[in-house]
Amino acid sequence: MSGPDRLFGASTPSAELLLSDVRVLDPRAEVDARRDVRITGGAIAEFAEPGTLQAREDEETIAGNGRLTLTPAFFDPHVHLRTPGQEHKEDIESGTRAAAAGGFAGVIAMPNTDPVLDSAPLLRSLRDAAIHQARIPVGFLPAITRGLAGEQLTEMAELRQEGALGFSDDGKPVTSAGMLRKALQYQRLCGGVLALHEEDPTLSRKGAMNEGAVSAALGIAGIPTVAESTMVARDAALAGYEDARVHFQHLSCAASVEALEHGKAHGWRLSGEVSPHHLLLTDEDVRSMDTRMKMHPPLTSEDDRQALIAGLRSGTIDCVATDHAPHARDEKEVPFEQAPMGTTGLETAFAALHTGLVLSGIIELPLLIERMTAGAALFELPTALIAAGEPANLALIDLDAVWVAGEHGWESRSENCCFAGRRLQGRVLMTLAAGGVVHRDRALTLVGA
Amino acid sequence: MNHLLSIEDLDREAIERIIAQAERFSEVSDREIKKVPALRGRMVLNLFYEASTRTRSSFELAAKRLSADVVNFAASGSSVEKGESLKDTVLTLSAHKPDAIVLRTPWAGAAELVSKWCSAAIVNAGDGKHEHPTQALLDVYTLRRRLGQIDGASIWIVGDVAHSRVARSNVLAFQRMGAKVTIAGPPTLIPRGIEQLGCEVRYTLDELPSADIVYALRMQHERMSETWVPSMREYAAWYQINARRLTARQILMHPGPVNRGVELSGEVVDSPQAVITAQVEAGVVVRMAVLYELLAGAREPRPAADRPADRSTMAETSVLGGSPSR
Repeated sequence: MSGPDRLFGASTPSAELLLSDVRVLDPRAEVDARRDVRITGGAIAEFAEPGTLQAREDEETIAGNGRLTLTPAFFDPHVHLRTPGQEHKEDIESGTRAAAAGGFAGVIAMPNTDPVLDSAPLLRSLRDAAIHQARIPVGFLPAITRGLAGEQLTEMAELRQEGALGFSDDGKPVTSAGMLRKALQYQRLCGGVLALHEEDPTLSRKGAMNEGAVSAALGIAGIPTVAESTMVARDAALAGYEDARVHFQHLSCAASVEALEHGKAHGWRLSGEVSPHHLLLTDEDVRSMDTRMKMHPPLTSEDDRQALIAGLRSGTIDCVATDHAPHARDEKEVPFEQAPMGTTGLETAFAALHTGLVLSGIIELPLLIERMTAGAALFELPTALIAAGEPANLALIDLDAVWVAGEHGWESRSENCCFAGRRLQGRVLMTLAAGGVVHRDRALTLVGA
Repeated sequence: MNHLLSIEDLDREAIERIIAQAERFSEVSDREIKKVPALRGRMVLNLFYEASTRTRSSFELAAKRLSADVVNFAASGSSVEKGESLKDTVLTLSAHKPDAIVLRTPWAGAAELVSKWCSAAIVNAGDGKHEHPTQALLDVYTLRRRLGQIDGASIWIVGDVAHSRVARSNVLAFQRMGAKVTIAGPPTLIPRGIEQLGCEVRYTLDELPSADIVYALRMQHERMSETWVPSMREYAAWYQINARRLTARQILMHPGPVNRGVELSGEVVDSPQAVITAQVEAGVVVRMAVLYELLAGAREPRPAADRPADRSTMAETSVLGGSPSR
């Protein structure tokens, strides 16, 4: 791709690695077979039948013994790294370390920081920070509107020149249709995907959870799912009218999936993402008023959850995104209605979805891998591929490893994970990003021995 | 029973036990010296984050009649206004080693949360729009005194259900005691999904004559940040309980304080059907029974359950998901 770089990370030494007898699983490369894989100079160099490649002196060998699975590393188009301004929750270093631990080789950071990422100087300083601190490559989505106020466009063209992947007011909707239309039109000049947090604030009001039987029983103000779905329908139509490229963030309900499906059937240039928590949890999990279950959009009903799974399976929803949203312990140790919205998700995404959807027979593993890697292409970035000559962006996974989320703490600075305490199966043992080893699980030495 | 957090935690037997104890305490109220030494040396802390005169004084009176020491801590004018968190306030006050904390907050679930932070018995005196269990218990007590049993009785709860913690606790408590509950009010003030508590929902008072008991809720002006009904005048026209709507055989209840001319007309407040002052009276004896139930048996200091430090490594729950897709 010509033009400025759009992903930024610290350089890591190029990996020299022999992975012997691992199951290589890459649905895009149409491979699912036991192989020896050699990584030389940070690139995938060689494939061979298991047990046939001999270790060289200058490379590390990891013996899979047929029990470890090698997949393309995941890509998360929606994380909150909290830099600048909220480094007590997370920073670029800790957030990307958490991502690497989850098997991700790329993430896209949201702009709702303090100050908001809405100017080129700030973007330049974040790029610099990422080049020094980011363990895996990070892309940035600056704000659509200045200060996320929904009133004035940011200098989108300059921001694109400085490496913006696209734009988002995530955390807030672009409430005014007229304002959003201007951004969609301006996209013809500057390019870049417009990623939308969909919420009609006159419907969501002061709601703290999904509207339904649980909110009625708890006496907590509810957010109706139509607060999201009516905005998805509106903005899909606007994108169609302006022939703009729009990505819908963290879809949470059946009606939104229908609206996206409808828009795609028209040929409009739309895509969508869904989070692991919306695929695995429902508002019944809020009954305990555990603040880790409070996020935006809120956990919805079982019918909505099933529609999201169906949408992910059919491809109406293109990819998984964690919406990793760290908050400090004391910020979450308050009554439910007072707590900030958000759950962390990078370190548990694959294991939770593998446990909840693959092992229970709801979706197949290759499809999960596809949906956890598809986010990159949506933002015009190359997709990780397991093929000779490709840079090593890989996740080495023990699909049989059972662990309790959080039992050994977290790489993230925050611990507000909605899956904490759950038994999960499947653990990322090693992650390679941009040719370097960026994560190594403590269990790896035992497996490799 | 370690805490009173929600009516959901009480089965019928527990409610009967508290009511029977309240009956016994009601004799105390009629004595010349209205005091028993049951909780002498115990400390009850009233921690109120919302303005409340009647509930707080009712608890205070109840504790004093049991000879407990009472400390009142109002959030206004205190460290809370300087930004202290609920947790820090509770931990600070816990240093005084209260045996019970009576807690009112504007936040659902706060009482349950506090019960995990300290070793005192927690009495929920209202948590946001969630629950107000002692109100429900005193309402059951009032009805039992008046009617004997309420099994099979039809109880209509009328008005602003959405903003009412009383409504939620009472739907649960009345149903536990065998009554059939209908809630009625303007559609904007009936939360979607409330029928899953097991009650009927009506948007008019057309069938109100079928009710044995009419429980009017206060229109919560102070809780309403926006317009839910076109006007108080229109609300009164459709939902006010007045002499035209209330029949002679019905019992009228209200948790107070009454907005005369809004949810109730003046004449029904003063009618023989109204048991509103009996409810206030019942408040003291029922709260005595609750405090007695929580504190009289407990001699050992309670272990502080579920310390926050354990939260990230909470006992493992089941494997995720598991339900097959459709």
